[in-house]
Amino acid sequence: MSLLPWTVYLSLAGALLALAGGLRSPGTARWMALLTAAGTWVLTLLAASRFVPGPGLQTLVDIPWIPTMGVRYHLAADGISLTLLVLTGLAATAGVLFSWNIEERTGEFFALFLTLVAGVYGVFLSADALVFFIFYEVAIVPKYFLIANWGSTNREYGAMKLALYSFAGSSMVLAGLLWAYAVGGGHGFGFADLAQAAAGLSRHQQIAIFGLVFFGFATLAGIFPLHTWAPTGHVAAPTAASMMLAGVVMKLGAYGCLRVALPLSPVGFAYWQAPIAWLAVIGIVYAGLVALMQEDLKFVIGYSSVSHMGFVLLGIAAANLQAASGAVLQMFSHGVIAGLLFAVVGRMVYDRTHTRKLADLRAMPLYRLLPFAAAVFVVAGVASMGLPGFSGFPAELTILIGAWKRDPAWAAVAAVGVLVAAAFTLRAIQLSFFGSTDKAQPPGHASTGEDALHFEPITGAEKIGALLLIGATVLIGLRPDLLLDWINPALQSPLFQAALKAGTP
Amino acid sequence: MNPDYSGLFAALLPETALVLGALVVLGLDLSAFRRRNPGERLQLALGVATLAVLAAGVSVWFGPAGPVFGGVLILDPLAVATRLGVLVLTLLTLGVAPGGTAPRHPAEYVAVMLFAATGLMLMAAAQQLLLVFLALELASLSLYVIAGFDHTRPESAEAALKYFLFGGMAAAFLLFGFSLIYGVTGSIELPRIAAQIALQGADPLLLVALVMVLVAFGFKVAAAPFHLWAPDVYQGAPASSAALIASASKLAGFTLFTRLLWPGFRAAAGSVASLTAAPGWLPVVAVISASSLLLGNFAALAQSNLRRLLAYSAIAHAGALLLGVMAFGRAGPAPLFYYASTYGLATVGAFGVITAMESVGRCEYIADLAGLHRRSPLLAACLAVFILSLAGIPPLAGFFGKFAVFSAALQLGGVAAPAGWLTILAIALSTVALYYYLIVLKQALVAAPAADARPIKVPRVAALTLVAAAVLIVWFGLFPSQLLGLF
Amino acid sequence: MSSVPLLSLIIFVPWTGALLLASLPRLGAPACRALALAFSLSTIVLAMACLGSFESASTGYQLVERHDWIGALNVHYHLGLDGLSLLLVLLTGLLSPASLLASWRHVGDPRFFGLLFLLLQGAALGVFLALDFFHWFIFWELSLIPAYFLIKLWGGPGAARAAYQFVIYTIGGSAFLLLGFVAIFAATGTLDFVQLASLGADGTLGAKLAVLGSFWPQAVFLGVFLGFAVKVPLFPFHTWLPPAYAEAPIGVSMFLTGVMSKMGVYGFLRLLWPLFPGPLHAAAVPLLWLALGGAVLGAFAAMRQTDLKRMIAYSSVNHVSYCLLALFAVSAATGRSGLTSEAAAAALSGTLLQMFNHGLSAGALFYCAGVLEARAGGRRGLGDFGGVQSAAPVLAGLCGIAMFSSLGLPGLNGFIGEFLIFRGVWGLVPWAAAVACLGLFATAFFLLTFWQRVFHGPRAGAAAGEFADLAGIDLAVLCPPVALMFILGVLPQILTRLFNPLITMWANHLSLP
Repeated sequence: MSLLPWTVYLSLAGALLALAGGLRSPGTARWMALLTAAGTWVLTLLAASRFVPGPGLQTLVDIPWIPTMGVRYHLAADGISLTLLVLTGLAATAGVLFSWNIEERTGEFFALFLTLVAGVYGVFLSADALVFFIFYEVAIVPKYFLIANWGSTNREYGAMKLALYSFAGSSMVLAGLLWAYAVGGGHGFGFADLAQAAAGLSRHQQIAIFGLVFFGFATLAGIFPLHTWAPTGHVAAPTAASMMLAGVVMKLGAYGCLRVALPLSPVGFAYWQAPIAWLAVIGIVYAGLVALMQEDLKFVIGYSSVSHMGFVLLGIAAANLQAASGAVLQMFSHGVIAGLLFAVVGRMVYDRTHTRKLADLRAMPLYRLLPFAAAVFVVAGVASMGLPGFSGFPAELTILIGAWKRDPAWAAVAAVGVLVAAAFTLRAIQLSFFGSTDKAQPPGHASTGEDALHFEPITGAEKIGALLLIGATVLIGLRPDLLLDWINPALQSPLFQAALKAGTP
Repeated sequence: MNPDYSGLFAALLPETALVLGALVVLGLDLSAFRRRNPGERLQLALGVATLAVLAAGVSVWFGPAGPVFGGVLILDPLAVATRLGVLVLTLLTLGVAPGGTAPRHPAEYVAVMLFAATGLMLMAAAQQLLLVFLALELASLSLYVIAGFDHTRPESAEAALKYFLFGGMAAAFLLFGFSLIYGVTGSIELPRIAAQIALQGADPLLLVALVMVLVAFGFKVAAAPFHLWAPDVYQGAPASSAALIASASKLAGFTLFTRLLWPGFRAAAGSVASLTAAPGWLPVVAVISASSLLLGNFAALAQSNLRRLLAYSAIAHAGALLLGVMAFGRAGPAPLFYYASTYGLATVGAFGVITAMESVGRCEYIADLAGLHRRSPLLAACLAVFILSLAGIPPLAGFFGKFAVFSAALQLGGVAAPAGWLTILAIALSTVALYYYLIVLKQALVAAPAADARPIKVPRVAALTLVAAAVLIVWFGLFPSQLLGLF
Repeated sequence: MSSVPLLSLIIFVPWTGALLLASLPRLGAPACRALALAFSLSTIVLAMACLGSFESASTGYQLVERHDWIGALNVHYHLGLDGLSLLLVLLTGLLSPASLLASWRHVGDPRFFGLLFLLLQGAALGVFLALDFFHWFIFWELSLIPAYFLIKLWGGPGAARAAYQFVIYTIGGSAFLLLGFVAIFAATGTLDFVQLASLGADGTLGAKLAVLGSFWPQAVFLGVFLGFAVKVPLFPFHTWLPPAYAEAPIGVSMFLTGVMSKMGVYGFLRLLWPLFPGPLHAAAVPLLWLALGGAVLGAFAAMRQTDLKRMIAYSSVNHVSYCLLALFAVSAATGRSGLTSEAAAAALSGTLLQMFNHGLSAGALFYCAGVLEARAGGRRGLGDFGGVQSAAPVLAGLCGIAMFSSLGLPGLNGFIGEFLIFRGVWGLVPWAAAVACLGLFATAFFLLTFWQRVFHGPRAGAAAGEFADLAGIDLAVLCPPVALMFILGVLPQILTRLFNPLITMWANHLSLP
């Protein structure tokens, strides 16, 4: 377990190595990046293999940092952190593999990517609210440059919107945290310290402080109606960045809600619980309906991410053991699935066909030209639908169970979202790969004009990346207990229990 | 009172070194270096000046502490830290100067810079009203001169003139205010003034005096509504002059006026801990802070000229620094000093990059930065560090400056108090600020270079200076206690 | 528990075949077909093995496999076999190879087709054998994906839309089903069918669901009902069926009508009825009307069709509605004094028999329609044929037998099932039986029309020219079902002995909690 802080340091070192390697050749930069990302993933898996689940955070590093302000550099992990750390490693490795074809400013690309990864690792390992916040903000600037430099559609606008929304959200969080800190006399930023300080505020103030912190984090998680940055930003981003952003960085927001906001003020949470749950389920359905209307395949995926994050937020809002554990499971599951979806759309399809418009893709029967990509997209699509057998199903099932226990209406609306998800996913699969020509050709028959389209075959790097991600989603789909056995004990810690109790009438 | 001249001399050793250095620079240039070209003369002058600054630094470090000469000067931790900070910033300014085009009279330029540094150092330690005024005027006059030093651009002369006119008026206000204070309290020494005010309580004349002092304060640090000189001066002055004006002058200005306000006029402070505040200068400072934050941030959004953008962002930062001033009474000098010094580092760096770019072409508009990452990766990387520090992105020092100031301000009275509202406003406006800072970085790091853009070769000294500034910003960001723990 | 996990083998052997086909991309077409057929036949072989060790006298689950799986959700890997499941497994085992063979010649990519088909077969078997909601739902949903691709990629001109509609309808229903079981788990903490059945029987389930509000038991019932109603399909949720069955390739149509529709009826029998006896009874009369609607209107609609496949599709709606009619009649009559367990037993036996027999007859009919379509170069309208009997007597003969079996001619297997259903329903809810007779008449009418227009009379249309008779493969597909039609018509005990004790137990324990 004590290996875990090295994921942060290793990523930062890797960023510098990649930058230096890029000066030499793009290939050097790639290999540096791959070794770093895979190395950090191995570290998380090693830690996972020796992990003993238990309530409460297990401290890894705890040294005073700014003694005059009571800030400590405190890193710790529990089952929830570990789940997300493993996800980060997986997404980072897959992201590097799917970026193997970047030729321009390769060193800088991977340097920025690995800095982002380092920030994410840091967030999941933080046990001090200020350290948490700092790592959270560290992730913002690489995001901007990754999208603005290497992105596609409307990239400068998308990058700026994403950066500003993230920063605005984190500003709200800073305001709330500073408030609690100041009220507590400036003793420290530990989660328990802040909770204790906030408990001394009046009820209205606690409602305000919880609202600030929660919605600040929830902005990054894509809560309706603060979600509009997500589709624009993720569509504009290059593939690896989309995988990381939609797959992991959005989870930073949800994790912040769970780790920082919820324990901060159970009284505030009790007040906000119903509005948050309703916003979450509205987001699930609304984003799904918007996805159904999209003409650009990547936008479909972008909106589907918002819809899936709605499930996570619902799970957090429902605040019982089932729902919260389902929310963390969904964080992992969606991280993998979003990675797969963006990988197919961005790397496998767009880099070859140079179009993402469904109308264009429809005309070329893509499943014959790129059969591997078609198979991966179908798997990713059905996993995204929540089809049993893949990781989305146990996650959504658990969330629905937890939500039902608290208020059946939430679960009912969310179930409608499942149906909408099936509709837009199927439409996307159908139009993109299995061109909806009414005169269906039996496979094996070439049609005129098709011979003119030749795409380079799917590279080994893409195949490995895809198989890693598919393996993860199938494994957790059939054995969700592997993760649930980590997550459930972690939710037994006193801080969580106080929050969960507040959420149950 | 027994005049302690030896003590005074020991305390003023740094200033002596600087003045001597200036004189040596002038002398050598008039005699030995007369026939060299301006570039070489500049290098040599800078070399001598650097030695002088280093000598001054050493004497500050090993110098005496506590009141000097019967309380005329005070060398408390804030003063010592500010003097060191001013010297570091001056050193950095001297370091980036070679990157740009040499002025026509390089030795005079450097000498006047050293005089400005002298004045700034005196400002940091002054505790007697006359000395305050003297130091302020010495620094200001020197800064007016170097602001107008670029003969090739009419904007420089305009900048100097505006600076001088505004500065002169502010000095008049200050002097009038000081006269009133003397009249009310009967003393020109701050500790005695403080005691008298505490005794006498509120007096209309005193309030007028306070307002006048605040006007001068606002002018010096470019806070709204006394900021009108800043955009023109930042735009017109030569880049290295602007670097000094924006950094060291601000740091010393804040120290000077904070010392006046808190240890001096503490009793007339009033309160910003609740709406039903006792009247005093704190609420006035709060209003100035709010207007600076709002005006600075929103005006910066509209700028297409890089230097004016930096000017308006300076106004916004002044607003935030004023929060640190407000919190000084409770939290001490640490947050304010940390913020002001790291802000100074970032500003020197930013103007240093501009200086380097001006050697190959115009660098006036944001669009002129286009493609900097290709033209000079070093400049682009350093600029990124400086701009991000200004934006307040952790783990750079700019973030911790804001953080320290905000948390100190919030502890004054919680979120419900006016200080709390100001803090929330400042936090909210930092998102606005991020927008225009990212616009700058977008040009530098994302946009493609213009068709006729040439690569920029940065002289080694300037490059080293920029890297040193960047490293300092990162260092102080990772280990804020180094500065915060000084007090 | 037996030492050989027969039930797991039944489910996973076809999937192993699919995996093999996926991992051998360079396998030649004949080898692919052979491999797919072999794995598909494995089911009937293993089912025979089960039959050997099956004791029909015991009414509980046999060959049970139960392992811990996901502790956090109280989910176990639970498979079990009783008379109902065995019947359906046998049906699947018979129909699947036939369906594969049926599409043998028409499919240009046998590897992919075989792969998808084996996935579908395994999933269907899983539905019939799983006894815990978690993996039961996995199999239920997983069957949709291969079905979608099978219809879309090898189907007729409107296949894309038909497949999309089929999947969306079914997933829509499944979403409600999922929600229902979410509520059930939230209330009871278990997803195991056996435990839930006992909770349903003694009313605990209803009570626990009612904790959150008294209307919740009804709402959950409705959700679960919708999930199954769409699958069967029950009128008025049947509109996806005619396009899907008509556009699908022949083998897939056979499987859809033979096996997949039975998954819905199985759901009613295994889940909806045991878990919600009270709400089902309360809703029984409206549901009877729906079943009657399906039976009668389905048959009348079939009458009006000119497309042969659509005709058989509507007739499927009709036949399957009879099964549900019987079930609803039993539920409607539950709790009434004077209810005889004989009538209930008759109705339920008829349901099970009808499921099996309809699978055989509809499958055979679809195959014949496919043969006709292939011979006619893609046309399959009623008016495109005439006098086929003289051109292809064997085809006419076999097709005729299938038709009469579908009609319910005594002596063939179809009669027994329908007779028992009517007898049972008459004893339970007489007026429903009366109305249902209309369906019988309409069915007779359209089948005879089919016979007359296509097979009788002078050779016309496609039969006017070259019209080959049945070849070897066709015989291989048709002969076994037709033979069974005769055998089961005379000796229905072969099947009924498998589930009679089960039915008797059901009929004797009809009560409302």
